[in-house]
Amino acid sequence: MNRRVLRHWMSNVMVVVMALSVLLAVLPLLWILGTLVLKGASSLNGAFFTQMPAPAGETGGGVAHAIVGTLMIVGQACLFGLPIGIAAGIYCAEYAGTRLAKGARFLADVMNGTPSIVVGVFAWTWIVAKQQHFSGFAGSAALAMLMVPMVMRTTEELITLVPHSLREAALALGYSRWRTSLSVVLRTALPGIVTGVLLAVARIAGETAPLLFTALGSQFMSTNLNQPMAALPLVVFTYATGPYEDWHRLAWATALVLIVVVFLLSVAARLATRQRFDRQG
Amino acid sequence: MSAMIRLATDKLTAMYGKFTAVKSATLEFGANQVHALIGPSGCGKSTFLRALNRMHEMSEGGWITGRVLLDGTDIYARGVNPMQLRRRVGMVFQRPTPFPTMSVFDNVSAGLRVNGRPGKAEIREVVERALRRAALWEEVKDRLNTSALALSGGQQQRLCIARTIAPEPEVILLDEPTSALDPQATQRIEELVFELKQDFTIVIVTHNMQQAARVSDTTTFFYLGQVIEHGATRQMFTAPKHDQTEAYITGRFG
Repeated sequence: MNRRVLRHWMSNVMVVVMALSVLLAVLPLLWILGTLVLKGASSLNGAFFTQMPAPAGETGGGVAHAIVGTLMIVGQACLFGLPIGIAAGIYCAEYAGTRLAKGARFLADVMNGTPSIVVGVFAWTWIVAKQQHFSGFAGSAALAMLMVPMVMRTTEELITLVPHSLREAALALGYSRWRTSLSVVLRTALPGIVTGVLLAVARIAGETAPLLFTALGSQFMSTNLNQPMAALPLVVFTYATGPYEDWHRLAWATALVLIVVVFLLSVAARLATRQRFDRQG
Repeated sequence: MSAMIRLATDKLTAMYGKFTAVKSATLEFGANQVHALIGPSGCGKSTFLRALNRMHEMSEGGWITGRVLLDGTDIYARGVNPMQLRRRVGMVFQRPTPFPTMSVFDNVSAGLRVNGRPGKAEIREVVERALRRAALWEEVKDRLNTSALALSGGQQQRLCIARTIAPEPEVILLDEPTSALDPQATQRIEELVFELKQDFTIVIVTHNMQQAARVSDTTTFFYLGQVIEHGATRQMFTAPKHDQTEAYITGRFG
């Protein structure tokens, strides 16, 4: 009897310990969000989104140049990174046993674990140093390199999740192998792949280290990808480490915008997944 | 068996790598009849079925020796396109396999767009006819554009049958088509099989002896990859020639 009471008591203690761990795990996130909202929200206004930075030391101004820069750099990274990542993922799923697929899978896993600054240095060596100038393009290339392995592995995993019976059903209808892959298997895996892509975009949109060596940042509005370009994470870096109070204010606001963008992309990813479950239920 | 021979196998041996799943099966299947393949699990009946539309070779390590004759022509001969062949020999699987991203209508018409591009009106007509023949039209005519996954399991399986018959194959292969269904849905499929033999030649794998007895004209008993007995269903279930057959159909092993 005594033992049972003890066991019951221990169980309760453990539940409490684990619940506390959960709270500790989410505490930093809530703290960060709270700080960002407190320090950044007041600076979010029309000027923030539409105006250029004010001259150093003066108050006011916005980060329109960095919003445009991030959109262009991330957009171009997607332009190259998504088709390559998705196509490579399809290959690895369809030809899973080949040496090429196994090797690519291993390398992609290594790449996914590589610190992004390494990719930044690499892009600097092969693009910036060769061209002898920083550019938005070099930034896109670095981000695309980070994006490809993520997208590739997600695509592969989601295609592998499609039941084999569906593939057989299509083949038994007289579908060719590539048509089975595209119009049945890929189509079935698509909502999940969209989720993976959105999460990958969310991740690279916030990357700072690779852009420091490549896009560099800029105080001016530029849509020329061949020139140094501003980006939101770079604004946070520059302004937060700068000497002016107004810069600090803008850095907080920019950081808040970044986290909201990541948050919105994650929500979009969840919606894409939920739709998938609805259709299956 | 006075019927015209639609499908025949000649010393058909089906392998997975070095493992022999079916040993030298020589059988004939008459046109517009239902042919049941029975036997315990792992006896090779499903592998045999899959060799009849060249799906066996899509499995890991699958290959065959011998011949399979459809209307007298070897389907494994050089120059035969397996994709075109599968349009003549359709297949329905154990678990319903509707395409989850497609509507009811698109599922049924999925096999039609493979060959050329028939007109819209023509597709509509074929889809309706296929659904009527699969005894599903009345249940789905008002929701042709909803997801196929919204249908019940039995309806999904009839949808798969409609999808298979829409391109007008000559032979339909059914691989334990009712083993994932409840008794009522099973009964509907069995009635359907009986109807469909007017237009198609049907080969059905089943592990349900009563089902074989109810729906088929001929029965083949497989054991350990070998054809033990092949003949008219009535004869096989009343007076089997082999002891093993009798032992299996009376439930003494298997």
